[in-house]
Amino acid sequence: MTEVTELTRPEGEALQTKEVLLNLGPQHPSTHGVLRLVLELDGEYVARVDPHIGYLHRGTEKLAESFTYTQIFPLTDRLDYLCPPSNNLAFALAVEKLLGIEAPIRAQYIRVLMAELARISGHLLITGALPMDLGAMTALVYAMREREMIMDLLEMISGARMHTSFCRVGGVREDLPDGFFPKIREFCDIFPNRIRDYERLVENNRVFLKRTQGIGVISAEDGIDLGLSGPNLRASGVDWDIRRDEPYEIYDRLDFNVITRDEGDCYARWRCRVEEMRESVRIIEQCLDQMPEGPFQIDMPTIAFPVNKDKVHCSMEALIQHFDLSAYGFKVPKGEVYSAIEAPKGELGFYIISDGSQKPFRMKVRAPSFVNLQGLFGVGNARYLADMIAVLGSLDPVMAEVDK
Amino acid sequence: MSVETSLIRTLIAERFGGEIEELGFSHGVHAFASPPDMIIELCQFLKGHPALRFDFLSDICGVDHYPETLRYEAVYHLYSLPNKWRVRIKCRLGDPPRVPSVTGVWRTANWHEREAWDMYGIRFNGHPDLRRIYMWEGFEGFPQRKDFPLRGYKDTLNPFGAEGPPPTQPDLATRDIPQGERRER
Repeated sequence: MTEVTELTRPEGEALQTKEVLLNLGPQHPSTHGVLRLVLELDGEYVARVDPHIGYLHRGTEKLAESFTYTQIFPLTDRLDYLCPPSNNLAFALAVEKLLGIEAPIRAQYIRVLMAELARISGHLLITGALPMDLGAMTALVYAMREREMIMDLLEMISGARMHTSFCRVGGVREDLPDGFFPKIREFCDIFPNRIRDYERLVENNRVFLKRTQGIGVISAEDGIDLGLSGPNLRASGVDWDIRRDEPYEIYDRLDFNVITRDEGDCYARWRCRVEEMRESVRIIEQCLDQMPEGPFQIDMPTIAFPVNKDKVHCSMEALIQHFDLSAYGFKVPKGEVYSAIEAPKGELGFYIISDGSQKPFRMKVRAPSFVNLQGLFGVGNARYLADMIAVLGSLDPVMAEVDK
Repeated sequence: MSVETSLIRTLIAERFGGEIEELGFSHGVHAFASPPDMIIELCQFLKGHPALRFDFLSDICGVDHYPETLRYEAVYHLYSLPNKWRVRIKCRLGDPPRVPSVTGVWRTANWHEREAWDMYGIRFNGHPDLRRIYMWEGFEGFPQRKDFPLRGYKDTLNPFGAEGPPPTQPDLATRDIPQGERRER
């Protein structure tokens, strides 16, 4: 048996303590991207948090000023890369408001259908990733399996798995492909049961519950003050959903519930998203039932590409129209518009100032993740370092959108 | 629409007289123009008035109207959660652009104002922590100004940048910030 020498502290001298600065990120798996948090630690407690962002800044807004309106769609894809169709939709709506046009009804249904698929795909990641951050790996693997189904559906529609760029000003790029309806019906049948599976995986996991329930509580007042939106704010009991309160596209024809919870903690934010996926499936089913026949693009040669691409090869007018739109774009009347939609992360707004040319004079993206990340300041000050991971995961920021 | 427009217009006119100019209603948003020194008072009024209750600040946006004289603009988008109304407040600023900070009214203004400072060099007086947010510390110039080249300026890190030295502007970079507003690190 080895003899243990007891370390004795000099009499009358208090233990020296000082605050420690800790860098969390920018390369850290639970920051879901390149976010760097400078944490001031008082022992195990976080005394102050200072997020440093901008590692992914690509200057989307500056770039947009030198692009035509059609060219901007791929830029919007890369904001929240988990749900590009929502971003496309938000931008298309803003430009359409400036032009004073509306997409045909069928196009609106297709857009809403895709936006809701995107919402599920965005929420699926957080459904799996938050438990994974807290040590429960399994849920993510299953969530990714279902996300793959959505990727396949999006690929069927647009040919691209992630960056769909499927919206156009005045409609969508193409009609839905043959054989799409049975595929998506199959998805709608399977998916609600799968949601139940995720819940069962996590719901009774005591570690997960202990680490999320009552942790990172944001009150409704703080949430509004900090500008939170979407599920993050609804989890604090604020009953606000732009889809219902300022209906755009065909949302006023659809029947869906707005999910709210009162607790405002990490678990409530996670729960809200899980429930929202169920509502999204309902919306998709209604879209499929109500989808009318008709054109998928507005009939305006000055704005929309020729519907039949073959015409370009045999008709002079169609060739000129195609060339003109590709090379110069279309002019948008002078004016300004702020148009917001309920993106999966919250209020996604596009503020566009047009000077009457083919390119926006100024395009500002009100990115929900950028504002939601400020929710870090809304959870009380003294809490454990380990809770930071849960709070960050539950706020669900996508760094590409934060950094624009 | 017309009822709420006239209500907002009347209430603002009653309180501020002719100082807040009305810019009309378009695409679901009521627009007003405010002089920079009235902005805090106007925001507090819109937020606190029991009939209006614009409690949610959606966005603060910087705009550069180069080469006009009143070159810069700060645009505020407000939303009323109880009433579902939207308001836009536009605030034209000279050069160098300075406007009081509304961080005292909404905490969410913090990062929006830091972004406008970073991109356009708009100084928000009274902001608790006006640092760059996207660009790194020590970056010179304000990249979203219209006279800043899209490719940036040529230097060791950016061999494909535009020729010519960075413009000398009196309020370049963060040197201009008084010590009190800058958080020591």
